[in-house]
Amino acid sequence: MKDEILCNFWRRYLQKSQQAYCNRPAGEAIKVLSGCDSSTDVDSEPERPSLLHLLSFSESDGDLLTDCSFGSSIGKVSESTSVCSGSVDGSLHLMKNQKDKLRMSMPMTLSFCYMALLWLREPMTLSDLLRFVVEGHIPYLNVFQCFPEKMKLYGLDLKIFCVESWPVYEEVYDKMLQLAAFLELPRFPDITDSCFLHPDMLCMKYLMEANLPDELHNWTCRVVKKIRIGEADFLTFAPGNKSTRKVKYDVLAAAVIVVVLKLLFLLNDHYEWLLSDFAEERNKNNKEDGLYFEFRKWCKIIKGSLDVEQKKLDEERAKYLWRCEKPLFYSAKKKSKVLKRRQIVVNLQNQFGKLSGSVQPAEKPHPSSFQLNWSEENTDGSCFHGHSLKGILQEKCGLLTAMNPDYWLCTVKLCTEKLCGHLAHYRDLDFPQSYHFVLRLFSFLLRIQPSYIHEEVCMIEHKLFNKKLYKKPKYSPGQRK
Amino acid sequence: MPPCRRVGGHVGAARAAAPVAAAVTAARRGGPFPWAMDGFVGRAAPRPAAQAGSALLPALHLPLLPPHLYRPATSHEYKLNFRKSKEACLSYIQDAMLQKQWKRAAEFLTFYIESLEKDFSTEYVGPSEMIWRIGTEILCHHSHSSMKEFNSFIEQMKTLGVKRYLKVCLEHAFHLLCNGRTDEAYQNLSLAESWRFGEQTTAQDKELKLIQAYRGLLDYYSWSKQKNVLLEYERGGFEDLSVEQEMHSSFRKAAVNLKEIIQIPGVWDLFVKCYVDFLKRHGEPKKSLISVLKILHDIVPSHELMIDFNIMLQKSKKRKKRRLGLEVIFAALDYAGWKENVKAWSCLARQVKQIIISEKHPDWIKQEWNSRKDWWPTFHFSRYLAKRNWQENESLAYEKAVVAGILLGKDCKYFKYVSHQGCKDQKKRFRTLKKFVNKHSSVYLRISGLSDSSV
Repeated sequence: MKDEILCNFWRRYLQKSQQAYCNRPAGEAIKVLSGCDSSTDVDSEPERPSLLHLLSFSESDGDLLTDCSFGSSIGKVSESTSVCSGSVDGSLHLMKNQKDKLRMSMPMTLSFCYMALLWLREPMTLSDLLRFVVEGHIPYLNVFQCFPEKMKLYGLDLKIFCVESWPVYEEVYDKMLQLAAFLELPRFPDITDSCFLHPDMLCMKYLMEANLPDELHNWTCRVVKKIRIGEADFLTFAPGNKSTRKVKYDVLAAAVIVVVLKLLFLLNDHYEWLLSDFAEERNKNNKEDGLYFEFRKWCKIIKGSLDVEQKKLDEERAKYLWRCEKPLFYSAKKKSKVLKRRQIVVNLQNQFGKLSGSVQPAEKPHPSSFQLNWSEENTDGSCFHGHSLKGILQEKCGLLTAMNPDYWLCTVKLCTEKLCGHLAHYRDLDFPQSYHFVLRLFSFLLRIQPSYIHEEVCMIEHKLFNKKLYKKPKYSPGQRK
Repeated sequence: MPPCRRVGGHVGAARAAAPVAAAVTAARRGGPFPWAMDGFVGRAAPRPAAQAGSALLPALHLPLLPPHLYRPATSHEYKLNFRKSKEACLSYIQDAMLQKQWKRAAEFLTFYIESLEKDFSTEYVGPSEMIWRIGTEILCHHSHSSMKEFNSFIEQMKTLGVKRYLKVCLEHAFHLLCNGRTDEAYQNLSLAESWRFGEQTTAQDKELKLIQAYRGLLDYYSWSKQKNVLLEYERGGFEDLSVEQEMHSSFRKAAVNLKEIIQIPGVWDLFVKCYVDFLKRHGEPKKSLISVLKILHDIVPSHELMIDFNIMLQKSKKRKKRRLGLEVIFAALDYAGWKENVKAWSCLARQVKQIIISEKHPDWIKQEWNSRKDWWPTFHFSRYLAKRNWQENESLAYEKAVVAGILLGKDCKYFKYVSHQGCKDQKKRFRTLKKFVNKHSSVYLRISGLSDSSV
């Protein structure tokens, strides 16, 4: 089923960008494309582009089977084509720059993928997708290894297919938006509250991953409901509708959690410690009746794990290997030199590998959706899922509210997104360290800059306190909930 | 573009403002949680001493080290590209090397090595030099590495960069010599010497000269060994033609090399000494020795061989040589290192005396003295020095007095003091000296140009 979706997207793309499936394909050098009759069967057309497939992915056992074959729009190379690229239109591809902003590029292939995932409402966020790419579970880095034999890449093709940087979230996301508009796609299938991408679900996942009490989930749902970001109209992707702000589901969910933490703990580098002291006192005396959530203890434990994970990530960044066994070369002349070089590299790697004495891990671990795992069975008390928020809540008029009476806004006024591209800007020195810590936690989990989460937080806060913010001309944003 | 309002967290709050703001600033002064521990919550500034390095030792904090050599701070970036990842890798390697963790350094080097393959980008200069140097360090210190491994590594390095070829060869030879593998070193040097690669040969001229010099030196050593063997044989009454032949060939090779080398400006002390010693022992004609020493005189006038050179030249029958001898000895004594060298002074004294007695070529002395008469008196012949020399070393004083008397006349402070002291002590030679100087006082006048109107 997925093949069909991606396939259709791809064909539509080619048609719209006039590279195939139309009466007059752009560029004279394209003789290989025979006619314009589209065929529904991908396999029978070796010249047709093959696509990135993502077969079934199930989150529970973390199994990801991938099959890849991605190509540019040309398969065979006919003899009359220019020699400067293995693909027939490689040079054309790179030459057109102003007119056609939607040239295919490696990051854009990921945009395609994500679009397909979104259409199918698969349980994978964009940050998950990109993380899998970086971890090597999805072919991207040296994807040409999977090409069929007859597709030879050289010359300018290298500029397209040689990946030398990790895909960036914002870039892939923006490209996706552009792509969807370009392809004039209709409104995507609705995101309802049973979908994985719905904030309620994602918040649950992130709360678990962040080792926060399950009780916080009630609060995230309340916030979601109050500002109406759980509604299908808000969440569903409608490329044609330019007025609605597009939703980044993972960032949104993380931001909701941050707002909830601010609501309950204030996070001004003072109040949360007071609450924590209180909880600690109480926990010392009553060990039987279930523990109260202690913010300080949580911070310590999270910080410890994150330091370890961050250190691992740093080493992985330094150890990242960009090349593979099958080297690329510009032209046949350079081939022997490149191969010789490759041989030297392999020899040296072997020589020093033996000296490094470390046991190389045999296989890559399976991709998993969760980066941090906490289990209640751990006897060291490092799991906070079951802890209670009782110490910080009080009952008023039959409704549970936070004891914390205050709230501080991240920003009083939002920027105009059209002008500067962002709703708000983040400088860590301007904000309390607890807030910074929480942002950094989610920033690590999603592998994006803290400022993106901060932006969403600002947006949510402005929705939440909308009436107070925009009603009166003379305004003081100290809030009571 | 209109400026964006970057509003901080504590702006505009009315009721809650004061306590919140105060709390924030209070907390920041060192709040209840030690946030400042390490890089995770770290702010924008890189932390040089972040302990993300090794589990064994704390990371080094070296204040003068340029920032990019610090342990990489926790990355707040989730972007990565080829260049940045290799830079990070390099700083891990350097970190490990500074802490002498060779296994870890080797591990990271394996990941750095692929940076040799950069066929499709115009930026990024080849890291092959980096790999060569780091690899050498690791292989030198790592407990499991062997000479064989080292050699195979170096051979690969030689193929990597033509511009560095000779340097690598030279350093390889040094390494072999340090490990006592003289024969291998010799082979390497010979091979390197015969390398030709168009423009590169001239570009790497310096290294080539060094290679030649060291090869010559090794030839000298082998010659020396062979000579000793022969001497042993002679003592024992044996004869060995093959050894003798080898010896001669070593000599020839060495001679050719060394002769060429020492003509190049530079400090070739070690080589020259060997060469001269070598020539002497081999019984070479004085002529070649002299030509070598002449070169040395031009380059290093204060060389210790200059004394021997002067002695050699004085004995020569040729006028030119004797003239040269005088030049050589004067030049040597221009240097402070020879001020108290009795032998040097005695050479000068003898030669100057001889010239005076023979009454031939006093103009030689005049020529040499011309450029020195302004400063030698204070430099060598002050009254203070007279006293000191007399106290410390009578022979020195004597020789110097000879020179002083001839060059400066009997009224010079030095001569007067020393000769007076000498005569007081009833030393015969001083009386002879006094008589001698008195007799030849006119010579002094001519030398100093006082009575000479034509200059």
